[in-house]
Amino acid sequence: MVNVLYFASFREMLGKADEQLPANHSTVDSLIVELASRGDNWKQALLDNQNLQIAVNHDVANRQTEIRAGDEIAFFPPVTGG
Amino acid sequence: MSTYPYIKVQQDDFDLTTEVAKLREGHTDIGAVVSFVGTVRDINEGDDVSVLELEHYPGMTEKALEKIRLEAHERWSLESSVIIHRIGKMYPTDQIVLVAVSSRHRENAFYAAHFIMDYLKTNAPFWKKETLPNGEERWVDARLSDKDAEQRWQ
Repeated sequence: MVNVLYFASFREMLGKADEQLPANHSTVDSLIVELASRGDNWKQALLDNQNLQIAVNHDVANRQTEIRAGDEIAFFPPVTGG
Repeated sequence: MSTYPYIKVQQDDFDLTTEVAKLREGHTDIGAVVSFVGTVRDINEGDDVSVLELEHYPGMTEKALEKIRLEAHERWSLESSVIIHRIGKMYPTDQIVLVAVSSRHRENAFYAAHFIMDYLKTNAPFWKKETLPNGEERWVDARLSDKDAEQRWQ
């Protein structure tokens, strides 16, 4: 399994903060494609979004980053702290 | 390196004087301390703001802040440093973030504090949501100027 997290406006738009999914993707990109097939809001947030931010195991990642069982993958909008 | 180089993510407010005293504790070779305090404005994008709520990504936030802090130590030979970032609900005039650094000479301390804030703005996973006086809530958009500010350090 992989743990997938959604933060800030993504959490609200997608209606969930986190979920466990089977580890049947080898890259973030492949996972995004599956998630985007859930509906328009998923496609808009993850697939069509030029500003999508990704982290794998707490490190900044991108769509080409490889993933495996046990990983924590997070999707979020650009950060606005400080 | 100091016994007081660290990062904190907390709901509670912080006290600048206390933090700077801890930053300097045990150091006799410090010639400069620079601190920055970020505070909540009551206006953003032309609208009044009543409440500001800070969300973060526990685990990644601490890792990102520590990475930024250590990079500042490496680039400017700091003696000690601290980053405190608050989360949860805050109100206009409240303190949100503290960055304080010490070094032998002032130039390094000025640069390092500026660098840490610029990097924090674009690399630490915090998100702001503001509530307007009419109750409307909206997520604060990232600013392009913050990305430009980060670029100047590369």
